[in-house]
Amino acid sequence: MRHIISLLMENEAGALSRVAGLFSARGYNIESLTVAPTEDPTMSRMTVVTSGSDEVIEQINKQLNKLVEVVAVMDMNEGDHLERELMLVKVRAVGEAREEMKRMADIFRGRIIDVTEKSYTIELTGTGSKLDSFLQAIDNSLIMETVRTGACGIGRGDRILKL
Amino acid sequence: MELTGAEIAIRCLQEEGVEYVFGYPGGAVLFIYDALFNQDKVKHILVRHEQAAVHAADGYARSTDKVGVALVTSGPGATNAVTGIATAYMDSIPLVIISGQVPTGAIGEDAFQEVDTVGITRPCVKHNFLVKDVKELAATIKKAFHLAKTGRPGPVLVDIPKDISNQKAEFTYPSAIDIRSYHPPLHGDMDQLKRAAKLLLEARRPMIYAGGGVVLSGASAQLTDLARLLGFPVTNTLMGLGSYPASDQQFVGMLGMHGTYEANLAMQNCDVLLAVGARFDDRVIGNVEHFGQVPRKIIHIDIDPSSIAKRVKVDVPIVGDVAHVLGDLLAILHSSKQQPDQQAKAAWWKQIDEWRGRNCLLYKNSDEVIKPQYVIETLHRITGGEAFVTSDVGQHQMWAAQYYKFNQPRRWINSGGLGTMGFGLPAAMGVQLAHPDATVACVTGEGSIQMNIQELSTCKQFRLPVKIVALNNRYLGMVRQWQEFFHGNRHSESYMDALPDFVKLAEAYGHIGMRIEKPSDVEPALKEAFARKNDLVFLDFKTDQTENVFPMVPGGKGLSEVILAEDL
Ligand SMILES: Cc1ncc(C[n+]2csc(CCOP(=O)(O)OP(=O)(O)O)c2C)c(N)n1
Repeated sequence: MRHIISLLMENEAGALSRVAGLFSARGYNIESLTVAPTEDPTMSRMTVVTSGSDEVIEQINKQLNKLVEVVAVMDMNEGDHLERELMLVKVRAVGEAREEMKRMADIFRGRIIDVTEKSYTIELTGTGSKLDSFLQAIDNSLIMETVRTGACGIGRGDRILKL
Repeated sequence: MELTGAEIAIRCLQEEGVEYVFGYPGGAVLFIYDALFNQDKVKHILVRHEQAAVHAADGYARSTDKVGVALVTSGPGATNAVTGIATAYMDSIPLVIISGQVPTGAIGEDAFQEVDTVGITRPCVKHNFLVKDVKELAATIKKAFHLAKTGRPGPVLVDIPKDISNQKAEFTYPSAIDIRSYHPPLHGDMDQLKRAAKLLLEARRPMIYAGGGVVLSGASAQLTDLARLLGFPVTNTLMGLGSYPASDQQFVGMLGMHGTYEANLAMQNCDVLLAVGARFDDRVIGNVEHFGQVPRKIIHIDIDPSSIAKRVKVDVPIVGDVAHVLGDLLAILHSSKQQPDQQAKAAWWKQIDEWRGRNCLLYKNSDEVIKPQYVIETLHRITGGEAFVTSDVGQHQMWAAQYYKFNQPRRWINSGGLGTMGFGLPAAMGVQLAHPDATVACVTGEGSIQMNIQELSTCKQFRLPVKIVALNNRYLGMVRQWQEFFHGNRHSESYMDALPDFVKLAEAYGHIGMRIEKPSDVEPALKEAFARKNDLVFLDFKTDQTENVFPMVPGGKGLSEVILAEDL
């Protein structure tokens, strides 16, 4: 099953490679991994999207906890949570497609953030599957490039990951 | 007072009470060596290869409960140390390794003798540090010692760039350190402990399976008390040998691939299993599916939560320090009025004694050719079972584990997890330094000993009277055994051709060498060698070339699918 795991870790050089190294050394999947400093500059928050059997996910959580620089781990899937990902898509936008692209962007609540005579760059946020749906909904041959941040997750309401 | 980084590093070692540093100098650590030169509290043992420095520090740590310390230079010094570090990591041995690094300004420029030591060692250390500011050096070394010896122990590496070792800073050694993300638990969860006690008291076919964690946490006394109180059978893993007295009636021997018939069958057939400081690894329980065929309740005590439920499902997980947890469990059992079902227990022991009756370690001794098992049995006898025994990796290791009956922890020193040939001799040096008056034997093979043979020179320099017991079968015996069983007896590259004359070799290094070719000479030779308290003696036993290690659970098979010597 797909799991979103959030971690707080020391904002130190090398911490990221420890996490990435753990996943590759033990053969765990990484679908995406994002990291950035938090409001406390000594700490970074990382979100890893992974998948595996219950046993594998349990091991991943334990192994992450074991890393000395990891301060706290939360498996988002153990409770209610929100997931968001940002995607930028550059599409060809000429002739009929220009109007159609604008319409699709509106339907998906995307924003056009860059316009040229021939192209639009559309910004979209949502769950990974919403972003996937957008890509499926538009004419594939018009996509020039896409870039996605990977998911970040946060618990709902009182579920808080803090030191 | 302001000190240089190099002086700070040495002062930190002094503050930690470090007696010995095992190391080898080079460009990046010259300032540190200079600082060593100017003091005499910390003694430096100059090895002949950095791998040996780490193994020696490791042997020192395993035979005491102190942190072993090694010092190596950048680049090749650090890469040579990696095998030693990985060996310690796999067996959870507390070490601090200090490595030199090129100056901070040169890092990343492919400078002379630059490697990414922190990157290379990352997967085989508990933690590592690259020191970028001399002001952080003392606190970093303090953290390194703290991490190495607390929780699940392990090697910690501190990489010090050359310029940092020459810059000055105010020295204060922190008396305590708190790492906010690191608080290993000591005591187990009380509710789980109560559940464990209940299961143990209700068991009909109980079994205690104790591993290296018992040795590391110093919990032999608690384990022995618990086992005696309940009257349950006890088995040890290769790493746990000595944590329960081997001569005790309740001890059923080592389990696993070359474990005893009775230990493996009891492990397979028990209904309640108390696993203590052990991790159900593949060499111990064999095939996981086969192990799972018999329903049983498992209680697992370990300091490392990730060792629990990694390979087998566990009913009662208890995370904590083994000594504390067993102490608490004993208290619960003492205050309980319930007793294990005596009838069930008697029936179980009857079954175990039947398995024991197979006498699986029996071998046919010979008047013509020296049997390796006989050498170990004799070694055990003439050292009164009191020696520290280090070992290399191969058949000789298994025979040492099977036939030298360890009654005390920290006496059996071997590379269990990584299985590193070349470990035995340097480890013995560390043991001998830690216990100058003790008898130290290194059981080895003619293959393994050659992997760190250069350390005979270190032994000469520091007068380390290790006794090398080489079971010389002119084969990479364990490889040959597998080829015999699983590869149509094709001895691909497993014959050790062109062996040196080990007697002359020992003499060339300034030691005594003895060649023993007849069974009747085994005992007199061992007696003579061990009587030489101040000399290193290299005993080259020409042993039976065809002998195999039994019992054997072939790789991937279940514990009851064992091959006994008598089956062949
Ligand atoms: C560094 C290293 N290389 C290879 C091996 C694989 N290996 C395991 S046992 C063995 C043979 C050891 O031969 P020897 O030291 O003569 O001992 P014997 O098995 O004959 O007692 C080998 C090559 C290993 N364990 N370690």
